[in-house]
Amino acid sequence: MALVKAFTQFVDPPSGSTSAEASPEAGGTPRAAKIETVNMGFFYGTHQALRDISLRINECAVTALIGPSGCGKSTYLRSLNRMNDIIEGTRVTGSVTLDGEDIYARDVDVVSLRKRVGMVFQKSTPFPKSIFDNVAFGPRIAGLTNRTELTEIVERSLQQAALWNEVKDRMRESAMALSGGQQQRLCIARALATSPEILLMDEPASALDPASTARIEDLIFELKQNYTIVIVTHNMQQAARISEVTAFFCQGRMVEVGQTKQLFTNPSQKETEDYITGRFG
Amino acid sequence: MSSAGRSRREKPSLRRAFSWLRLREEAIRCLLFGCALLSVMTTLAIIFVLVTETMIGIPPHTSFFQDVSLSEFFLGTEWTPNFSAEQAHYGVAPLVCGTLLITGISGLIGLPTGLMIAVYLSEYASPKARSICKPMLEMLAGVPTVVYGYFGLRFLTPYFIMPVFGGLGAQGYNALCGGIVVGIMIIPMVASLSEDVLRAVPNSLRESGYALGATKFDVSARIVVPSALSGVIASFLLALSRSIGETMAVAICAGNMANLSLNPLEATQTMTAFIVNVMQGEVVAGSTLEKSLYAVALVLFVMTLVMNLVSQLILEKFREAYQ
Repeated sequence: MALVKAFTQFVDPPSGSTSAEASPEAGGTPRAAKIETVNMGFFYGTHQALRDISLRINECAVTALIGPSGCGKSTYLRSLNRMNDIIEGTRVTGSVTLDGEDIYARDVDVVSLRKRVGMVFQKSTPFPKSIFDNVAFGPRIAGLTNRTELTEIVERSLQQAALWNEVKDRMRESAMALSGGQQQRLCIARALATSPEILLMDEPASALDPASTARIEDLIFELKQNYTIVIVTHNMQQAARISEVTAFFCQGRMVEVGQTKQLFTNPSQKETEDYITGRFG
Repeated sequence: MSSAGRSRREKPSLRRAFSWLRLREEAIRCLLFGCALLSVMTTLAIIFVLVTETMIGIPPHTSFFQDVSLSEFFLGTEWTPNFSAEQAHYGVAPLVCGTLLITGISGLIGLPTGLMIAVYLSEYASPKARSICKPMLEMLAGVPTVVYGYFGLRFLTPYFIMPVFGGLGAQGYNALCGGIVVGIMIIPMVASLSEDVLRAVPNSLRESGYALGATKFDVSARIVVPSALSGVIASFLLALSRSIGETMAVAICAGNMANLSLNPLEATQTMTAFIVNVMQGEVVAGSTLEKSLYAVALVLFVMTLVMNLVSQLILEKFREAYQ
C-alpha cells in the first residue's frame, strides 16, 4: 500500500521504542495522562475556533498535532498553558486538566501554571539581552538571585538544549548575534531553565534550515526522556519521525488521534488519509 | 487597415519627449523640493544671524565677542548686562545654571511620570481606558505655555510650594515652581513618544515572557522597556531639549534674576527667560545688551542642537535593533 511505503520514508531509524504504549483510542494500556482535555471548546468572541476536543497527552512522550493551516492546532496548544488569556474576548468550554487539576478553575494562578507548562514559539524570540540573561530570565523572575545557582541552571539548560558548546565562551554577548537555529535552541534552553514538566512547541523548526531542523529534532528526542512534549508541526515527516502519538485537526475539530505509526499507515478517517497523502491541505 | 499591419508600424518610442504630464510632474517635484529647502534655508539663516551678531561682525557693526571677551562670557559668574557700562558683567554661567536647574527639576518630574504613563497606555490600559487617556494627554499638550505659567504662579506656588517649603525660605518666584510646571508640560511628549516605541516591541517577546511565567509587571519592566530602551532615552532627550528651550512658563514662575545657585527655592533666570525679558523692555539697537541676546541664543541653539542630534543617533540605533 502506498501509505505504508510513504511512511517508511518518513520514519527515521531511532524510533526504536517498540511503541507498545497505546493511544486511548487504540485501546491497550494507556500511559499516565499528563494533560487531558475533555469536550473542550474554544471561542474567539463569538467565533468558535475549537469544538469538542477530547485528547489525552501522555507523560514523557511526544504528541504531534498536525492539520491544515487555521485548523485550530495552535489555538489548542496555546490553551494548554492559557496563553490565549492574553487575547481579549477568548473563552474555553469543557475541561482541561493537568495532573487531574482543572487549569481553567477560578483560583488557578496562571503564572505558576506557565512555569510548569513551558512554551517555544515558531519564531525565535530572544530578548535583546545577553545569552546568559536570556536563559536566566525565568529563574530570575521566579525570585532566584544567587549567582552560583543561576550559573548552574543556565549551564544545565544550555547543555540540555545542545547549545552550551557553541556559546559557553560568549555568555555576555547579545543573543541577537546568534544564528536562527542557535536562537531557537536558546529559546528552548530559556524555556527549560524554569524546569517545566511540559514543553509546548508551536512549529519550532518551521523557520529553520534542514540542518538546524535536524538538531532541534534530535533535541526533542533527548528531551522526551524527562519532559512531556506537545508539538504543532506542518511537516508530516517531522511528526512521523519524532512523535509517539499524532492527532489530526481539521476545521476546529480533532478528526483522529492514534499512535503515530498507525495514523500514518492506516488512518481510520478518510479526511486524515487525504491530508497525509497530500490530497488537500 | 489590418490590425496586424498597424501594430507592426506604431511602436511607441522610448525616447523622452515633451509632454504636459511630464511638465506637471516636474513642477510638483520643484514645489516639494522648495518646501524642503525652506526649512534648511531657515536653519541656515538663523545660524547666519547668530554667528554674525555674536562672533564675526560685519564691518560697520561689531560682534558681541569684540565687545566682551570669550573668557568673561564663559568663565564670568555674574550676568548683569542691563547695568550701566562700568557695572555690566557678561558671565553666562548664571543663565546656564538657571536653565540646567529648571531642566533638571522638570526632568525629575516629567520623565518618570511620562514613562509610567507610556507603560500604562501600552501595556496595561484596556482599549477603553486608552481612548479616554490619550485625548486627555493631547489636551494637556495643547494648553498654551502662558497658561501653564499662570497655573504655576497663582496655584502651585501659593498652595503647594509656600506651605511646604515656605519655612525653608522659598521665594515668591522660585525655580522649583518653574521646574514643576515645565515637567508637567513635557509629560505628554514623553508619554506619547515612549508609548510609540513601547508598542513597537514585537508581541512575540511579550508572549515569550508570559510563557516563562512572567507577570505583567515583569514583562513591562524587564522585557518591554529594556527592549525599547534606546527609543525611550531618545524621547527623554527630546523632552529635555524642549525643557531647555521653554520660555514663557519659566519667565512667569521663576522670576527674572540671573542667579548662580542651585537652590530651587530661589528665583532664577534661564537663557530663554532672559531673552524674552530683555525684548520686553527697551533695548538700544547695536548695544552690547542687544548683542548679548544673540550670544545667549547661540549657546541655547548649540545645546539643543547637540541634544537633538544625540537623540537622533539613539533612535537610529533603536531602529536597527529590530531589522
